[in-house]
Amino acid sequence: MSIEKKMVTVYIMGEPQQVPEGSTIIMAWEYAGFQLKKGIGCREGFCGACATVYREKGDYKLKGGLACQTVVTDGMSLVQIPFVPSEKPQYDLKNLEPNIDTFKELFPTIFRCVACNTCTKACPQDIKVMDYIQQLKRGDIAAAADTSFDCIRCGLCALRCPADIVQFNAATLAQRLYGKYLALRSPELENRLKEIDDGKFDAEIAELNNMGHDDLVTKYYSRQIKIK
Amino acid sequence: MKIPYFPGCSLKTYASGFEKSAIAAGKALDIELVELPRWNCCGVVSSLTKDDLMHHLAPVRNLMRLSDMKTSGLADEDKRLLVLCSMCMNTFKRTNLKVRENSEDLATLNDFMYLEEAKYDGSVDIVHFLELLKEYGFDKISESVNTSLAGLKVAPYYGCMLIRPKEVGIDDAEEPTIFENLISSLGAEPVSWHAKNQCCGSYLTVNKQDTVIKLTRRILDNAQQEKADVIVTSCPLCAFNLDSRQALLQETNPGFEPIPVLYFTQLMAIAFGLDAATYGFEKNKVDPMPLLNKKVFI
Amino acid sequence: MAKKIKLDDKTQAFQKLVEDLCGQNTAKCDQCGTCSGGCPFVEDMDITPAELMRKVMLGQEDVLESETMWICATCNTCTVRCPRKLDVSKIAEALRQIRLRNEIDQLDIGKISREEIKELPQIALIAALRKLSS
Repeated sequence: MSIEKKMVTVYIMGEPQQVPEGSTIIMAWEYAGFQLKKGIGCREGFCGACATVYREKGDYKLKGGLACQTVVTDGMSLVQIPFVPSEKPQYDLKNLEPNIDTFKELFPTIFRCVACNTCTKACPQDIKVMDYIQQLKRGDIAAAADTSFDCIRCGLCALRCPADIVQFNAATLAQRLYGKYLALRSPELENRLKEIDDGKFDAEIAELNNMGHDDLVTKYYSRQIKIK
Repeated sequence: MKIPYFPGCSLKTYASGFEKSAIAAGKALDIELVELPRWNCCGVVSSLTKDDLMHHLAPVRNLMRLSDMKTSGLADEDKRLLVLCSMCMNTFKRTNLKVRENSEDLATLNDFMYLEEAKYDGSVDIVHFLELLKEYGFDKISESVNTSLAGLKVAPYYGCMLIRPKEVGIDDAEEPTIFENLISSLGAEPVSWHAKNQCCGSYLTVNKQDTVIKLTRRILDNAQQEKADVIVTSCPLCAFNLDSRQALLQETNPGFEPIPVLYFTQLMAIAFGLDAATYGFEKNKVDPMPLLNKKVFI
Repeated sequence: MAKKIKLDDKTQAFQKLVEDLCGQNTAKCDQCGTCSGGCPFVEDMDITPAELMRKVMLGQEDVLESETMWICATCNTCTVRCPRKLDVSKIAEALRQIRLRNEIDQLDIGKISREEIKELPQIALIAALRKLSS
């Protein structure tokens, strides 16, 4: 007895296609015979290349998702968004300060936000996108970096924004500024780097460099690992 | 008293002295300002066309988020939202008017914001800090004064948003007195001047600087004609135009004498004799300290 | 005997568009000029607020070419003083909206120099973007 494969109908760019139930949107495209060269990437939900917009049968809402992570439903209508045109200001992180002025200069469009929350609704990563734009509007860069942490730059927020904000690029800057200027530094790391610079380990490194292959192997396997 | 409080974007950045001094002055009167959780920018200006609901989303979203502040124990009440910034106050109040008069609009807004946990029913009142102080009692405020401001001539600047239009103003649109009453209760001398409710040029400071300079010049000149030592305001945008733009005025008018512009809460913190760190003068462009050293901290 | 001014279809349509947007009955205007008298911006305007009112009453679409509504910063001085209780600032807003809804912006945020924009507080930027760009 063969297992019967259940099929569903999805509308890819308006054309009805029969695809196996349980397929992801990417699988549906390929099952239907399309070869995607853009709008596809890691297939694992990490790279953000396969943004897709769709409507489900009986639901008036236009939804956004990643084609590799979203399972098709019967009657779904969809299209890939291979690229979202966006303004990308050039900057040198070294010359920036982690404050509101930097965002006024490089992302003045964030001040057009009307708090409609459409970006948050569009985000496939469930990020509170509008919230981090609001945090940036009041100069809270650390909070914005944290709120936007899971962003994979698929671009759906920017695509749907009625105020033409490019949220994901602003998030990138917030995260970079946080990493460079605001994140807590580890004193242990700073100390160790200084010790290395001061030559504390030079002798040991020289000793390792002068050892033969077999001695190195022996030394490696007899090493003691201190666990606190 | 723990009251829900909306800071607004400016008070978190270049008007931080306003917030710092307001929190400290409130504390001295046993009024605790509890910041609204997850607030967003109110939009600064109100949308005035009948069919434009989009720009009412931001204020309504904030008003929705008050709903559990009392039950969660964060604040003592959840039907009043305290604001410090005149523009935020105006925007919130006009949105409230809109949704209270148009239940269908309110329903549309609620429906649009279906992800919010609460719906807004129009029941939250917006209270400006000056209104709360009036309710507290100006006589009672006098009891908290520890530093004499006697002889300090203060020009109360209302601007527009605090008193206009009438439906949202906190006082008479032409002859308001609430600021004067506060200044008197603090022991300083309110200056009578005609420019107190003239517009500073508002957001035209972005694209029509000349217009703004002309308007601020009139206001500052009038304050000085009436021998004011200092101007007080409750609007971060007025403060920017009146205070920060004085540098431009000086460039074009070499004889121009700068005059400090304070938030009224900074004056309160001084009068109450609070720690100097609470004055928050770091962002004031015209340094008020030389004047205060001469007239107050003698 | 009172003389009636009859608007043709086109002018009537424009007048109705403005009135629908602002919810004001512009025919109430007496042309007393109080709005112009109190307007702090009037000397920078090409037509006064009262003239603007007149043009709207008569459905003259060329009012959209005027600078006046872009110089009005909604200070509401006219609104609180109008003896006919007309909200003049709402009428200016309606005219701005007609322009903005056709994507005729007054402010291009990208054209402000970086130095200048850093100086401006966000309260000014947000307000200007809302009032002057679509």
